Amino acid sequence: MKIAVCIKQVPAHDWQPRVNDDRTWVRDQDASFELNEPDAYALEEGLRLKEKHGGEVVVCSAGPARVAQALREALARGADRAIHVEDDDLARGDAFAVAESLASAMRDEQFDLVLTGLQSDDQGFAQTGVVLAATLGIASATIIMEVDVQPGAVRVKRELEGGWFQFVTLPLPAVLTIQSGINQLRYATLKGIMAAKKKDIRKVAPPAGLASRQRIVSLYVPEKKKHTEMIGGSPAEAAKELVRRLRDEARVIL
Amino acid sequence: MILVIAEQQGGTLNRTSLETIAAAQQTGSEVKVAVPGADVSAVAAVLAAAQVAEVLCVQAPALEAYTLDGYVAALAQVVQDERPDHVFLPHTYLTRDFAPALAVRLGMALVTDCVGVRWQDGALIAARPMFQGRLLADVATSGPALVTFQIGAVRADSLVGGGAPAPMRTVTVAIDAGAIRQKPEAPFREARQAVDLTQAERIVSVGRGIKEQDKVEMARQLAAAIGAELGASRPICDLGWLPMDRQVGSSGQTVAPKLYLALGISGAIQHLVGMKGARTIVAINKDPEAPIFEVADYGIVGDLFDIVPAMLKELQG
Repeated sequence: MKIAVCIKQVPAHDWQPRVNDDRTWVRDQDASFELNEPDAYALEEGLRLKEKHGGEVVVCSAGPARVAQALREALARGADRAIHVEDDDLARGDAFAVAESLASAMRDEQFDLVLTGLQSDDQGFAQTGVVLAATLGIASATIIMEVDVQPGAVRVKRELEGGWFQFVTLPLPAVLTIQSGINQLRYATLKGIMAAKKKDIRKVAPPAGLASRQRIVSLYVPEKKKHTEMIGGSPAEAAKELVRRLRDEARVIL
Repeated sequence: MILVIAEQQGGTLNRTSLETIAAAQQTGSEVKVAVPGADVSAVAAVLAAAQVAEVLCVQAPALEAYTLDGYVAALAQVVQDERPDHVFLPHTYLTRDFAPALAVRLGMALVTDCVGVRWQDGALIAARPMFQGRLLADVATSGPALVTFQIGAVRADSLVGGGAPAPMRTVTVAIDAGAIRQKPEAPFREARQAVDLTQAERIVSVGRGIKEQDKVEMARQLAAAIGAELGASRPICDLGWLPMDRQVGSSGQTVAPKLYLALGISGAIQHLVGMKGARTIVAINKDPEAPIFEVADYGIVGDLFDIVPAMLKELQG
């Protein structure tokens, strides 16, 4: 079974985004980057499917040179090889630019199954997987909590809202966007890290004429709508004051 | 003209569609509403109470159960026939499944999770969160776009009703049922949830800031001390530190307790939609710019490992 896992590299969770001078992007020169967490669950699911059914796991990403670090991390966790569509502009690209880049690099590989996270923690489009499927002309299903590969098909458990679920069967090849929490993540071992150094990352140029369909005209900090009483002081003072306010002012505890 | 695609399943309207119609009304454009399904006459009658130009019943037997291919085939025909300036949809899980494929089919942009729209020099500008809600981006597209609205971003009670019901029109779409690749089974719920957070008067909820599974005990003690249930944000349940039925947010439970005390929860939008209806919200977080403070009534910037023990001492003393 030939499995692709599409991953994105995003600024680390604890990084505080600051708007750049022309207010169209963030100052990410000083950011540290990490593997987009939802994609980590997709990678884990891909590795588990390979362990069960055999075959290979190929990680694919579209972005600037720094993205190689996230690909190397995925290789260290157990992916077999990587494809990197390298281009600086893709860091800001929309789901269409990224999906078209990935599609052009993945088309000839004839993957049986393509997995990706349900959205990214930076731009958060929640579109790329489905756009990729539609661009490749293959079926897709989103927000997946269980994957059961059958001959020529895949039966998946989709998460719906409010605690509802649904099983759906799709023909292969297919793209699935994986819900976080579908599995427990593994981390790279020292052996994995060493092995990753010898694995292949194939660099590909993006297709010509790549264009985003949306552009950011202004980026800003949201205006605060609610008045928040900030309580200062030492931990003991703040705790005391908070308990007092909850008892006497809000009257929500006894 | 703005075309709103309303959502129904099994003849029940998803009420977030009303928020989306209100958003469309607020643009000042003419509004039409399309609702896909096998027989949507009852849902259409509800939608026709809104002040809109027309309600389109987009009907075909193949639309009885939701499938991506069925919805894309039907809605592509409707959009091509109606030629709206833009198409608005609620940002539901269902929309997230088919809208990107519809955008590819129609060659349109898709701007997701928007909290508001406005006109600027004749072009639609949509505001959407980025970087987990820490920033907002005003986004423009060059042509007609599909625009999805975050649940709760526009209030359904701002919907303007019409004097008389809007005209309804049945649009029969041709769908090749054999070409639908997704074979859906009936939706179901997991075994009954052990914890019903929706009924809790107080909730102490933990997020990523709790750092270690062992530290959840501290939150449990605080919950016990104030008569609260224990809740969590998604990452904590994903890690298996608390069961999924403790999860508050768009994929978990939507709660509205008297007190919601958020410990180490940054406040990603998926979490906020599940708890911002609480009467009193307290946030304790080391990051002063965490979005959770946007919805909090009381906030403490600091280390929860210092503050929670101090609160316990205060409550017991």
